[in-house]
Amino acid sequence: MNATQFDALLSAAEDGIEFEGLTVERHGDEYAFHTLEAEYTDLTESELHEVATEHSPYVTDWYYWTHVVDTRKEDRRAFLQWLEDADGHAPPERYAELEDGVTCHWGQLAITTTVDEDGLRGYSVRHVNDVGHDAADLDAYDDPLDARDLTTYDDDGRYRPLKTAPTLQSGWVFPALDAPDLLQTVEYIYPATIPNWHREREGELDITHWRDTAERQTGIYEIIEELDREAVEWIAEACCVDSQCTKRREWQFAEGDDLAAKGGDGEYPCREPCSLVVAAARKWTTLENESEKTFQVDLTLSELRQVEEIIDTVAEGRVDEIREADVYKGANRYRARYLRAKRFDEDGELAAHEVEE
Amino acid sequence: MQALVIVAHGSHLNPDSSTPTYDHADRIRETGAFDEVKEAFWKEEPSFREVLRTVESDEVYVVPLFISEGYFTEQVIPRELRLDGWDVDEWDSEDGVSATQATLGAGDVEKTIHYCGPVGTHESMSDVIVQRAESVTADHDTTIDDGFGLAVVGHGTERNENSAKAIYYHADAIRERGRFDEVQSVFMDEEPEVDDVTDYFESDDIVVVPLFIADGFHTQEDIPEDMGLTDDYRTGYPVPGEVDGHRLWYSGAVGTEALMADVVLERAADAGADVGTAIEQVREATSDEPVAGD
Repeated sequence: MNATQFDALLSAAEDGIEFEGLTVERHGDEYAFHTLEAEYTDLTESELHEVATEHSPYVTDWYYWTHVVDTRKEDRRAFLQWLEDADGHAPPERYAELEDGVTCHWGQLAITTTVDEDGLRGYSVRHVNDVGHDAADLDAYDDPLDARDLTTYDDDGRYRPLKTAPTLQSGWVFPALDAPDLLQTVEYIYPATIPNWHREREGELDITHWRDTAERQTGIYEIIEELDREAVEWIAEACCVDSQCTKRREWQFAEGDDLAAKGGDGEYPCREPCSLVVAAARKWTTLENESEKTFQVDLTLSELRQVEEIIDTVAEGRVDEIREADVYKGANRYRARYLRAKRFDEDGELAAHEVEE
Repeated sequence: MQALVIVAHGSHLNPDSSTPTYDHADRIRETGAFDEVKEAFWKEEPSFREVLRTVESDEVYVVPLFISEGYFTEQVIPRELRLDGWDVDEWDSEDGVSATQATLGAGDVEKTIHYCGPVGTHESMSDVIVQRAESVTADHDTTIDDGFGLAVVGHGTERNENSAKAIYYHADAIRERGRFDEVQSVFMDEEPEVDDVTDYFESDDIVVVPLFIADGFHTQEDIPEDMGLTDDYRTGYPVPGEVDGHRLWYSGAVGTEALMADVVLERAADAGADVGTAIEQVREATSDEPVAGD
């Protein structure tokens, strides 16, 4: 506890302090000081200084949350509190843990909160896969605006159109942020996740379900309203699972009409179909307008299994994992080229014959 | 507290689409005129739907980084921002190039939203087009003097006739200044077409400035090929390039010009934002700045 903090305590004691187990009151020239562990009354100013020093976590904690953290946006404050103590421990226990650093995961972010002797918090942010790596081996940043560049491409240099996709690149660290800069960094990496998470915690998340989203569309997206419920199930299963997005899908087909697909276990909710889902749904709407036909394609059983394996491998994004010479995998490049050479006709199409009903 | 929210199209495919938006936002941040400066996108995040809840300020100035008063600025953005009681008449723009601002509430936040007209139809956009023309010639140690014409390129009709009006509006305004011997509007989708740009000029030198917000396949692929500056966009195009006996100085999207930040500020100031000396600061800082995104 420093002099500024004690002066602030004296000043606030005029009107009384009640905060997270700490009570301070002034009665004439004397003070009362209570914590969850101890009670002191009839203190002179210098005695108050003595007990406040002894119980400094209470004082510096009160100071941090009332004088340092900007409390205008309740969601930001709630997020900072959640980061250091989801369970609501008293300051002394919390401080004991914060001295070593408390780490929480937010999507693919590992956010570590620490506290110094004056109760000032420090925040560091890195990729969850970089936890345990020496910070000196990571690219260090201090400007939250730099987070925008980190979100643009994945580790393979491909553009990430969806910020919450689980493809955040690794190898970087924001080693020492204050609260406003931490909040801005998180906002750039996972936009709007904090306000939506907070609204959900308060029971006020405004979910827009599929049907309302579809009906709202105009222009080239107007047609997605035609998509069957069954297709919306497939969209949710294809796009809105943990392997594709770190948000937890809370939107359903309609109010009271839940989709069977899993919504995922993400920390923060997805409150409506995103622009990627809407854009993809437009393509699926046109594709689903085609009627089914029966085709006869000659394949061996192993070739049929190979086609399935290729679809699976592409769908799971594992094409790059298949080794050059691993011809035991159906999605191996040589295996796929062989199948193409054997089964495609001179027009580059799978030789298939439509079977008339 | 007052916030500025710049709303732009963005892209699922092109990572450079949002670059000018971020660059202009950064330039405005540096002036300190707003307590918060946010970017939001139709195709990226934060989305139009969710950006307002990320803002702390009670007074929010929303400036669309779009060229025309049309489908996006009149329908999509107000709808997605959930602007209460939005009616395009609030912009008081009967001619499609005179949008002002509308002060409204929004459905999901308790804030006052000042929804401004798009940057593309603000009068100061003419200055940006001229500066863009000067930038592209100055990059090659050339000064615009006698014998220079200016072609302002627009997309064309698409969904809304106002798309072309913005192009004509600025071409007319720049013509009146007498800075160029000739000023002509050309389009990708309608007559007069950008393919025949040299037919419309007598000047030896023609600066060609596309009135687009970001560089993408229209400005980097279609237009250079349509004008005959290159057979294959992948090999690039010369600046200046010789076509039909004219030298074409093709500038790429005007929206990447650093001075665009000024138009954003002007829009917010017109809507009542207290921007202090930010406009002067930006004008001074961008007078010889490199192009955003370069």
